[in-house]
Amino acid sequence: MTTRRRHLLELASLEAGEITELLDVAESFQDITHRRIKKVPALRGMTVVLLFLEASTRTRTSFELAAKRLSADTLSVSGGTSSVVKGETLVDTARNLAAMSPDIVVLRHRHSGSPHLLARSIDASIVNAGDGGHEHPTQGLLDALTIRRHKGRIEGQRVAIIGDIAHSRVARSNIAALSKLGAEVTVCGPPTMLPQGVEALGCRATSDRDAAIRGADVVMMLRIQKERMTEELFPSDREYALRFGLDRAALGLAKPDVLVMHPGPINRGVELAPDVADGPESVILEQVANGIIVRMAVLYHCAGGAGGDA
Amino acid sequence: MSGARCVMDAADVRRAVRRIALELVERTRGGQDVALVGIRTRGEPLAHRIAAELREVEGLEVPVGALDIAMYRDDVFESGSRVAVGQTRLPFDVNDRHIVLVDDVLFTGRTVRAALDALMDWGRPCRIQLAVLVDRGHRELPIQPDYVGMTLSTRVDESVRVRLAETDAGESDRDTVHLVSTPERVAAAERRRT
Repeated sequence: MTTRRRHLLELASLEAGEITELLDVAESFQDITHRRIKKVPALRGMTVVLLFLEASTRTRTSFELAAKRLSADTLSVSGGTSSVVKGETLVDTARNLAAMSPDIVVLRHRHSGSPHLLARSIDASIVNAGDGGHEHPTQGLLDALTIRRHKGRIEGQRVAIIGDIAHSRVARSNIAALSKLGAEVTVCGPPTMLPQGVEALGCRATSDRDAAIRGADVVMMLRIQKERMTEELFPSDREYALRFGLDRAALGLAKPDVLVMHPGPINRGVELAPDVADGPESVILEQVANGIIVRMAVLYHCAGGAGGDA
Repeated sequence: MSGARCVMDAADVRRAVRRIALELVERTRGGQDVALVGIRTRGEPLAHRIAAELREVEGLEVPVGALDIAMYRDDVFESGSRVAVGQTRLPFDVNDRHIVLVDDVLFTGRTVRAALDALMDWGRPCRIQLAVLVDRGHRELPIQPDYVGMTLSTRVDESVRVRLAETDAGESDRDTVHLVSTPERVAAAERRRT
């Protein structure tokens, strides 16, 4: 079998049509999750390596389940157990894995651009499962799918993304996917967390939470990622919650049929009030379920299954 | 059109569908527990037409589903065979049903093999039969149809082109079946490429 060099490195370089196609394929996997045999033979005999060099439970398990539902064999290598801790470089680790001829490598890494480096180094399809503060493309896709399933379309939806925009790969992938599909995206966070020139990505920016939420169809809250911050960017959790957290009162400014989203894990009481996280507007658990079918679509696509050329 | 011979027109297709429906009633003891499952894309409208005949002629209501087999094909990743992935809809319990798979053309049998595997992942039907509009021969697997609209002798390098009003509205608003010879196929492939 010839290896196809199809990768999913970022959403910023995809066309709107390619994103829509991935969402459509994901949609077709929905029925599989509702039957007794939750598996199709499409990737039978293929090997998917899950190379997670940064802590992750839900993304890794989601990819693993996606690969298994397509009948691929999976091999999980995570940061703490690999020889990366013994000082091996990413490319050396990957070359060693490449010697086992994987068809797809799913990479999570703390440095931006590592999936691109890997794509140039080894002869397998690379799927970016989050690279530093750059992108988390499958999260962007699953969020787009969640919005589309509830609202019927993404075009014209007003989406507020609130939190640490500067450190968030989730924000970047969402801005890319949603703006390409015609949504009006507003990002919001403390000035210390709003990168200069973020508007160039195709969104509006504000530090006024209420202005961002007013009239929104979707409010997407980001996790405060203390592990990614090198300095204090806000005085205290309590102050952050007051000015940028989402509570019932703030949510009242949005449209009545607003969706509340969060990529997880939630810092309850910081960016999201518990009653909002568990409220009727919350689609957080649907996001998790949609993550599996979106990742199935991505793996199927990268294996060469639908659309485009090798 | 040179190189393409019309082998069925709209009236032929209608008669074939009606005959399949009548045979189906005879051979399923009045259509008990029967469900029709069309293999996407052109099997789906044919399944609906058979169901409409059963309703009209026998007053029989038979559930209809659609099966997408992209994930079950044995050539998914071979070059030039990219298949669009579609939705499977089976609005009934497959277990203990008498399923009649419906497709437009039966050729190598590989599509039906994939459909059988797909169907089994949904449950355990008590029986599966196969209805096709055209059986053109050249099987590569031990699969035979139970209901056939037309048996057509073909050369392996010819192709059978079915156009149905439901699925091919842009191209033809009437049902037709053409036997297309090789030069025409090559020319059509050339046109698609450019």
